[in-house]
Amino acid sequence: MSDQNMKIKLRVWRQKGPTYPGKLETYELDNVNEHMSFLEMIDVLNEKLVQEGGEPVAFDHDCREGICGMCSMTIDGNPHGPNKGTTACQLHMRNYKDGDTITVEPFRATAFPVIKDIMVDRSAFDRIQQVGGFISVSTGNAPDAHAVPVSKEKADLAFDAATCIGCGACVAACKNASAMLFVAAKVSQYELLPQGQPEKEDRVLNMVAKMDEEGFGSCSNTGACSASCPKEISLENIARMNRAYSRASFKKR
Amino acid sequence: MSTKLDSKIPSGSIETLWQKHKFDMKLVAPNNKRKHTVIVVGTGLAGAAGAASMAELGYHVKSFCIQDSPRRAHSIAAQGGINAAKNYQNDGDSVYRLFYDTVKGGDFRAREANVYRLAELSVNIIDQAVAQGVPFAREYGGYLDNRSFGGAQVKRTFYARGQTGQQLLLGAYSALMRQVGKKTVELFNRREMLDVVVHDGKARGIIVRNLLTGELETHIADAVCLATGGYGNVFYLSTNAMASNVTAAWRAYRKGAFFANPCYTQIHPTCIPVSGDYQSKLTLMSESLRNDGRVWVPKNKGDKRPPSEIPEEDRDYYLERRYPSFGNLVPRDVASRAAKKACDDGFGVGATGLSVYLDFKNAIERDGEEAISARYGNLFHMYEKIAGESPYKSPMRIYPAVHYTMGGLWVDYHLMTTVPGLFALGEANFSDHGANRLGASALMQGLADGYFVIPSTIGNYLANHSFDKMTEDHDAFRDSKEQCYKRTTQLLKMKGSKTVDDFHRRLGHIMWDNVGMARNKEGLTSAITDIKSLREEFWSDARVVGEADQVNNELEKAGRVADFLELGELMARDALERNESCGGHFREEYQTEEGEALRDDTKFSHAAAWEFKGDSAPPERHKEELKFDHVKLAQRSYK
Ligand SMILES: Cc1cc2nc3c(=O)[nH]c(=O)nc-3n(C[C@H](O)[C@H](O)[C@H](O)COP(=O)(O)OP(=O)(O)OC[C@H]3O[C@@H](n4cnc5c(N)ncnc54)[C@H](O)[C@@H]3O)c2cc1C
Ligand code: FES
Repeated sequence: MSDQNMKIKLRVWRQKGPTYPGKLETYELDNVNEHMSFLEMIDVLNEKLVQEGGEPVAFDHDCREGICGMCSMTIDGNPHGPNKGTTACQLHMRNYKDGDTITVEPFRATAFPVIKDIMVDRSAFDRIQQVGGFISVSTGNAPDAHAVPVSKEKADLAFDAATCIGCGACVAACKNASAMLFVAAKVSQYELLPQGQPEKEDRVLNMVAKMDEEGFGSCSNTGACSASCPKEISLENIARMNRAYSRASFKKR
Repeated sequence: MSTKLDSKIPSGSIETLWQKHKFDMKLVAPNNKRKHTVIVVGTGLAGAAGAASMAELGYHVKSFCIQDSPRRAHSIAAQGGINAAKNYQNDGDSVYRLFYDTVKGGDFRAREANVYRLAELSVNIIDQAVAQGVPFAREYGGYLDNRSFGGAQVKRTFYARGQTGQQLLLGAYSALMRQVGKKTVELFNRREMLDVVVHDGKARGIIVRNLLTGELETHIADAVCLATGGYGNVFYLSTNAMASNVTAAWRAYRKGAFFANPCYTQIHPTCIPVSGDYQSKLTLMSESLRNDGRVWVPKNKGDKRPPSEIPEEDRDYYLERRYPSFGNLVPRDVASRAAKKACDDGFGVGATGLSVYLDFKNAIERDGEEAISARYGNLFHMYEKIAGESPYKSPMRIYPAVHYTMGGLWVDYHLMTTVPGLFALGEANFSDHGANRLGASALMQGLADGYFVIPSTIGNYLANHSFDKMTEDHDAFRDSKEQCYKRTTQLLKMKGSKTVDDFHRRLGHIMWDNVGMARNKEGLTSAITDIKSLREEFWSDARVVGEADQVNNELEKAGRVADFLELGELMARDALERNESCGGHFREEYQTEEGEALRDDTKFSHAAAWEFKGDSAPPERHKEELKFDHVKLAQRSYK
């Protein structure tokens, strides 16, 4: 293991609260180790800021292993940074070199207002889920798990859609700040499974309507969402949702 | 004074105990349910499942979590799978076998009746999850696939690639969201519970800090359920998420809820080793890897050759050598101690000498790279991202890390703590795992508690009690809020010289060195003194910056570390009093000639439950004697 320390210049978005203006502040770190994760580098910065009497950078994080979807930051213009299929918490400093300057900003979207520094409010996602992101089965009503076989192919596709971590990178990457990929992933998971069939029309109509109401933009098929998705959720899910949506609107008309 | 601990195990035959008891318990009439408010703190598997299920029954539920969304609770990170006695593989599994394995795996320190119920409910969990659209792995015929896990000799583990916790939690979260949409659950995200309020001997509400505004809020209810997870982060480095903490459980302990078996800690054998001081957490590599990976160290001390240059005859596959019948699949506590021993004896590998190899070479030769990638692709990918080396090319380096805490709030058969109306679910309670938890059993327990146990037992409690009308300005709430306010102010006022993380790291070192994988009297005694003085130093010299009335991550951390500084001492005390080795608790003084854990069933066949006696008096240790009517007490052997 090499213990080479790098000098890194960080430009970090600082904003005291939702109603305050924000700006990029520059900090210099001279002890960045290549094995550190990106968030551990921010920890080091924060410890230094606390020591010096400053205010540490507020940022969301929890699992630090790419699964909870809590970390959310745009690094040099890319949500979660430069690596494909990687959350900010899984990005390691070996991707950078001595002397680099890195800019860190919050996920930007009207529907994700900034709370403080690089923390944003993504509760709109929960609200979309509340209008249809479920199968209405109360505890105790379930038949035996083997009562309904599901083809492996469908089950695998449903799983792929269900791996969405709800981080919001898709929204931050989209020039329209659309939440199509997020919603499509959830709709697809249920659309692909027999258990999801009874409620499928209401589900897709309600979730899409809520998405619009929450202020997410519309989809213009640029694919930036999927490209920046740390779980590499496929654009096919959007196509599947669009088909489901047309079918449902036709039927419900 | 063991009379204080009534486990309320109903009488009767263990096979029908729960069914019969469900009939015997009182019910709340349907139209009365909505008059009862139930608070559920935590939205992991236990909390989300419990909150949703109680709301479905008609109770008015208030649900709280620290994160910005309930979906981000630490349960999301569970990888390997969930056990259930479905016997879909026809390999001889049954409820009884799962029950038996769990009691034995827990080194005979769990309550039989609870474990039996858990095994029984395991099958319903799988049904429920599939009905919710949880995409478990399936075989080509369309039926569910199973794997063997964590030393089980049957294939009873259901999984969703390496993301089982995520899929199960998203299932429970979807059920919770459905109820929030129906307005039967009120959701309070970004809230941290700082105290439980007790009035007239009953838990009647909580005080939380709104993590966005800093406001201290009062919430009133007829019952409070804590599903706040485990306390592994007392070691600073663990596989737990950063926000995992003991605060809710600890505050409950200080209000009269006994804390049971705090010293039972699970150290997981397969984690990515520590790489430097800046390290903030450790990453687990699922134990399923041990199904195909072989653990070894060089036979010669200090052999610095790269692994590819060490020939077979110079490798010690020490688990296979020491445990021929279980080999690499011995339970976690056994595998972890063996790794520690190999490293302590000077055979460890890597720059620090604190790791062992987990090698897939034979498996890749046997089954092909594609097959191995289908099984472990995402784990290999994760390892490569963190460690910068590909496990397809060279063996993984692994080392044990703190992972799970079997100890927690003492609960009776109804999951009620010693404070009436205060319940504990999931990892937060002292659980059904005894002194050691088997792989894929925490998800099972959290969901059994949440979906099936608490919805029944809460009704019995509510139906048997009457409740005074309470308002926010009641003395009990006012006092409690005042205490929380004082504490927060005190933390911010100190303006000391050392960061909160600095204290947390130092506490972690004390814990890992003395209350970790191997413990002894001397180390534990000094840990008690060292933690005490660290705590005093904290309360005079910690530097907590920022303000009380806005987002303040440092203040949040400070409150949690302050509680860890009390808990750590209790863990050491508990470990010191337990003069035996069992499961995750290994006392060096008590081992067999071969270095295996040596239990003392005559003196320690009990759960130890600690009662808080005030800051200036030592806590009191109570016992719940454990009776084994079904599983015969035996020395665990995996040879
Ligand atoms: C990396 C990893 C892998 C694992 N893999 C497996 C596996 O394969 N199989 C298995 O069976 N088990 C596994 N486990 C164990 C299992 O994941 C946990 O034991 C289980 O998920 C705990 O669930 P819980 O509902 O009790 O608590 P958690 O999921 O920890 O949830 C705690 C909740 O409480 C909230 N909370 C905590 N404190 C407060 C407070 N003061 N105020 C308000 N809210 C609070 C949190 O916000 C959160 O919502 C794994 C654990 C780890 C760390
Ligand atoms: S912190 Fe959980 S995904 Fe990054």
